[in-house]
Amino acid sequence: MATKFINITLKIWRQKNSQAKGSLETYKLDHVSTDSSFLEMLDQLNEQLINNNESPVAFDHDCREGICGMCSLYINGRAHGPDTGTTTCQLHMRKFNDGETIYIEPWRSKAFPIIKDLVVDRSAFDRIQQAGGFVSVNTSGRTMDANAIPVAKSDADKAFEAAACIGCGACVAACKNSSAMLFVGAKVSQYALLPQGQVEGRERVLNMVRQMDEEGFGNCTNTGACEVECPKGISIENIARMNRELIKAAVSSDKE
Amino acid sequence: MSVRTAFSSSIIKKVWMALTGLFLCSFLVGHLAGNMQLILKTGEEGRRAFNEYAYFMAHNPFIKVLSYVTYFSIIFHAIHGFYLTYQNKKARPLGYAYTKPSANSSFPSRYMAVLGTLILVFIVTHMANFWWRAKIKEDIPLHYKTITKEQMQQRIKFTYILTTKGDYMPFSVKEENSGMYYDLRTGQPLINSADSCMFKIKNHQELYDKDTDLKIADGYKDLHTVVMDFFNPDKNELALAYLLLYVVSMAVLSFHLWHGFASGFQSLGLNHKRYTPLINGAGKLFALAVPGMFALITILIYLK
Repeated sequence: MATKFINITLKIWRQKNSQAKGSLETYKLDHVSTDSSFLEMLDQLNEQLINNNESPVAFDHDCREGICGMCSLYINGRAHGPDTGTTTCQLHMRKFNDGETIYIEPWRSKAFPIIKDLVVDRSAFDRIQQAGGFVSVNTSGRTMDANAIPVAKSDADKAFEAAACIGCGACVAACKNSSAMLFVGAKVSQYALLPQGQVEGRERVLNMVRQMDEEGFGNCTNTGACEVECPKGISIENIARMNRELIKAAVSSDKE
Repeated sequence: MSVRTAFSSSIIKKVWMALTGLFLCSFLVGHLAGNMQLILKTGEEGRRAFNEYAYFMAHNPFIKVLSYVTYFSIIFHAIHGFYLTYQNKKARPLGYAYTKPSANSSFPSRYMAVLGTLILVFIVTHMANFWWRAKIKEDIPLHYKTITKEQMQQRIKFTYILTTKGDYMPFSVKEENSGMYYDLRTGQPLINSADSCMFKIKNHQELYDKDTDLKIADGYKDLHTVVMDFFNPDKNELALAYLLLYVVSMAVLSFHLWHGFASGFQSLGLNHKRYTPLINGAGKLFALAVPGMFALITILIYLK
């Protein structure tokens, strides 16, 4: 496909810091290669802003190959933009038309406060993980070979699919309730499906869900928006599994 | 997390919404089965079948328990739904300037609270029209039928009341042309119409012998006529307005069920490659068929 160049108008959320009141600012950007990724387009914009002695737009990014989960951005009304199954770094400018106006907003959730411009604080996800998203393993030197425990192929596949979650927060951004259930559902499922996860299973789901609620995420209403916007195609089947795990834990836990 | 906090967690909140919602789905099936009796049989037979059914619904202890569970479910589902919606709104204090939710979710799934509020408004009007009259105001007339006979060049009107014993008890007899009442036992003309009665009616439906004050039986309330007249343009000038309100409300209910039925199963953790497509299909069929049948019955009554 031949490289084309397009001229676009950008409406970008600018906010000095977490306390400041933000607003949408309009920028014109000419000569954008359709081969460039969305983040490269933003780099081009920032060069233009720096050359004009303006403050560049702050946005999250890291690996730029769709695996780290750092890039966010609510582009033209959708998390990670118009493509499905992609992160923002995997989105290319060939998806946009010449003369198009593109809206770029940060993830909007009470649990993801804005740090600056398009950068939000997603440490709520870290705290949920710390509450139970792990298995305790003896590392005293007599560590058991993980492969010594048999795992059914179908369970391994499902656990792997759940573990594909990169914690980007698109599910929260896309959900009309800012619910984090797909993220937590995936993290609970990846352990619930494996024998190694059984030991701490009940505590895990109780603690992770408690932390999720404390962070101020909304409740799930099963709209299914999260699984459509998830760059890793994680299914809401994982939310159902988390619901099952929590109901089981709530009725069977020894704790009061 | 203690188990007590587990029960107040966001997931258990969903479970409560699912349990009450799915119970109300089963209530709809029962209610529809009852309404079907408005059209399955016609004439006196249909009227009798429906009023007998209504009496059963008002007096059977099992149904009484079920009705309290239903009241609870409606109130809980509504209040809890409002609370969850408030929490969900709070989770995103500042919304997006530009958002395209139609790209990832269905219309009913995003407007469950609005649809639910409209259904609640309908339930209030519905109960004011029927439930309030039957349970609180108690102004539903008894089930009676009149037979006019020609006797000695006179048209005599006999009125009978249907009792729960299953027979029609003679109530009064009136000569049509003169408007005179007669004593049913002696056949003598009476001045006071009340004296023509064979029994007294107490508590709006209990029949007592006029002389001995002994209870004879209960009379069936004529809820059938109340319902039929309510949607009959000849008897109620607002019938068309009520019909339209009813049909629109059923459309709203259909949208609510379109998402709600299958969503309830997902909230309970029931999701499986094999049966989830079946549940989704059944939910959509349920959402179309049940409110559709309710609306159809009402339209048929209106057109009759």
